[in-house]
Amino acid sequence: MSSDYEISDDDENYYVDDEDMIDGTQDDDEDDIDMDTFGDDFKVASKSKRKSYEIDYESLSQTAVEELMQSDVDHICGIFGVEASTAALLLRHMSWNKERLIEKYMDNPTKVLVAAGITVEEPLSPPAPIRSHCSSASASSRRPTRSASKLLGLASGSKSPKSPSFASPPLKATRPPKSAPFVCPICYDESPDLRPLALDCEHPFCSGCWIAYASSKINDEAEHTIRCMAETCALVAPDAFIRDLLVPEPGAPAGDPAEEAANAATWARFQELLVRHFVASNPNLKYCPYPSCTNTVSCPAAASKASLITTVPIVSCGARGIGGAAQMSQSQQLSIGLAGKEHKFCFGCSIESDHRPVVCGAAKMWLKKCEDDSETANWIKSNTKECPQCMSTIEKNGGCNHMTCKKCKNDFCWVCMGPWVEHGTAWYSCNRYDEKGGVEARDAQSKSRASLERYLHYYNRWANHEQSAKLSVELYAKTEKKMEDMQITSALTWIEVQFMKKAVEEVEKCRMTLKWTYAMAYYLAKGNEKELFEDNQRDLEKAVEDLSELLESPIEAENIPTLRQKVTDKTVYVQKRNEIMLEDTATGFLEGRWKWNAAIEGFDVPEKTEY
Amino acid sequence: MASISVRRLSKELTEIKSEGCPVGITLVKADDFSTWWFTIEVMGESLYQGEKYTLQFRFDSSYPISSPAVQFVVTDGHTSPIHPHVYSNGHICASILGNEWSPVLSVVAVCVTLQSMLASCKKKERPADNDRYVRSAPENPKKTRFHYDGKALSPIPHQYWI
Repeated sequence: MSSDYEISDDDENYYVDDEDMIDGTQDDDEDDIDMDTFGDDFKVASKSKRKSYEIDYESLSQTAVEELMQSDVDHICGIFGVEASTAALLLRHMSWNKERLIEKYMDNPTKVLVAAGITVEEPLSPPAPIRSHCSSASASSRRPTRSASKLLGLASGSKSPKSPSFASPPLKATRPPKSAPFVCPICYDESPDLRPLALDCEHPFCSGCWIAYASSKINDEAEHTIRCMAETCALVAPDAFIRDLLVPEPGAPAGDPAEEAANAATWARFQELLVRHFVASNPNLKYCPYPSCTNTVSCPAAASKASLITTVPIVSCGARGIGGAAQMSQSQQLSIGLAGKEHKFCFGCSIESDHRPVVCGAAKMWLKKCEDDSETANWIKSNTKECPQCMSTIEKNGGCNHMTCKKCKNDFCWVCMGPWVEHGTAWYSCNRYDEKGGVEARDAQSKSRASLERYLHYYNRWANHEQSAKLSVELYAKTEKKMEDMQITSALTWIEVQFMKKAVEEVEKCRMTLKWTYAMAYYLAKGNEKELFEDNQRDLEKAVEDLSELLESPIEAENIPTLRQKVTDKTVYVQKRNEIMLEDTATGFLEGRWKWNAAIEGFDVPEKTEY
Repeated sequence: MASISVRRLSKELTEIKSEGCPVGITLVKADDFSTWWFTIEVMGESLYQGEKYTLQFRFDSSYPISSPAVQFVVTDGHTSPIHPHVYSNGHICASILGNEWSPVLSVVAVCVTLQSMLASCKKKERPADNDRYVRSAPENPKKTRFHYDGKALSPIPHQYWI
């Protein structure tokens, strides 16, 4: 795959010039044609029947999730007879757990309404002098340090608006006070065109401060619960209030365009946060982890932890590439290998790619292990030995072969690992390889080394496939060039050379499978089942390497028809081997056939450890 | 935003200068709108009688929407009071400086709250995890997420957050 052959400057230039060859939109159209024209070349099993390694799921757009939220809200409205905004706040407060909300609300509606920040704790005192910090009296036992805040009037109290009755319209207390001029207690602005706004608690602040505050909560803290700014006031701003802040009313005089754009972005972010909160509260849903993607996947079949020992819930949110606000150029996307890629991720764990066939528990354990010790282990293996007595790892960086362990003070010979006393005066040389002491010491050492070697065996193959998959961007570019050449040197049309691209796609897909089979094999307990697994793995690997080689072979005009036949046949074969690998492993999980050599999350702990 | 913070701070400063600070609180310096120093002492009967501490406020352009960085000064001969919510590096674990900050609180209100925090102290001692925290504490106390529960205080410095 990655032989130096063909990586020349010419190829690089070609690749850069013809970026749009790999343009996502163009590809989509072409794929459709492919399916029709090449339906016979690639006998893909019909997509309608779900395979055992696939899982039922549905991808939802942000709007679709908002509809789900709305239906929950409507449900609650119907039961409690409250307004939609109240129902939404109640549900959010209870993390969208309808049953618990209904139970608690039926028990004591006032308590729930107060806890959710919808109504104030005590009935409001007559709206005489409203002090911006009036709630400090209710600070109460929770925070003893607050006892001083009554003195706080010095800063703002004397200047607080004294008269206006903000009582009437519950949400929009936008009426400017008539008697005393309004002074915002936050920015101290007192200009007459200020727009004071307050929630039901009637703590007025100017709209500018409200916007700054809400923007800071939403953008900097990713917080969707925007509470009143007054000290200790726990009232939560309903969505309509936030919308009125951030979205100018139709027909309103146009403000600063940059500011309006920023506010619109904040409003969009707020809505996204609400959806994210809903998705996070529902075990059947998961938010797409790809950058700036706002889709959600619904997969009830993988909602419980228990399901993860029998299935590998790899899902795709339906979007491709990087979309949304953070538009990246095509070349940027290509450079990180995301152009036109499906957003595939695991519903069951945090791995953001396809880790079939291995289950989440084993995949996570493997990644953790690789993170911990791959490179270090490599170095240790080639540069150190362990003290035969205490097994401390020792690096010899000079001196004679008489070693004294720093830790246990054991004297031994670096060459044969036997005790030094048996060496007598034979300094600087060791001819005692087969003597008993040395054999024993080497035995013990070889055991620990064997486990390391075993790990490295699997790790190297894993890493190799990962590396190859990373190089696939390059391979795609190279293949595009070959397809071009073929059209020039032979009578094949553009559509007819698509078999090359299909083959590359298949190779990349299978390398992903192969990569994870090594993680799986590392944890599989020795036995017939493992042997069968490794047979399947070997067959797939052999097929993939053969196809890779074919793709790399030079193009000669007279060979093209044969090559096309060979590649097409091999692609179908590889596809089948991959199906078998995935299918058999998935069936094995359903049957509970796989036995592990380590304790994998969710599975029984194996009785004996045999590799 | 910058204009709001400057307008607000100049207003606060004018008020301090015209009306004075509450008893026990003195403005030491406020030469600019980024750092202010106050001294506070506890009046009346308390464990801190006769002791005087220096408080430092640092403001950024998002003040008063976000809280100022407040700590006791512990350099140049100043020390921090021995108190279960005050670390030896001057950092203070108080909810109003963190998640319960409200934009209506003012600099003087913070001083008064901290003064009463000292006044109500029953036993002079450092927080239980003082040494551990001070060793790894960020320079700016706002970077620490304190966990406020009245009893055990456990600051979680940002760098340990995943």
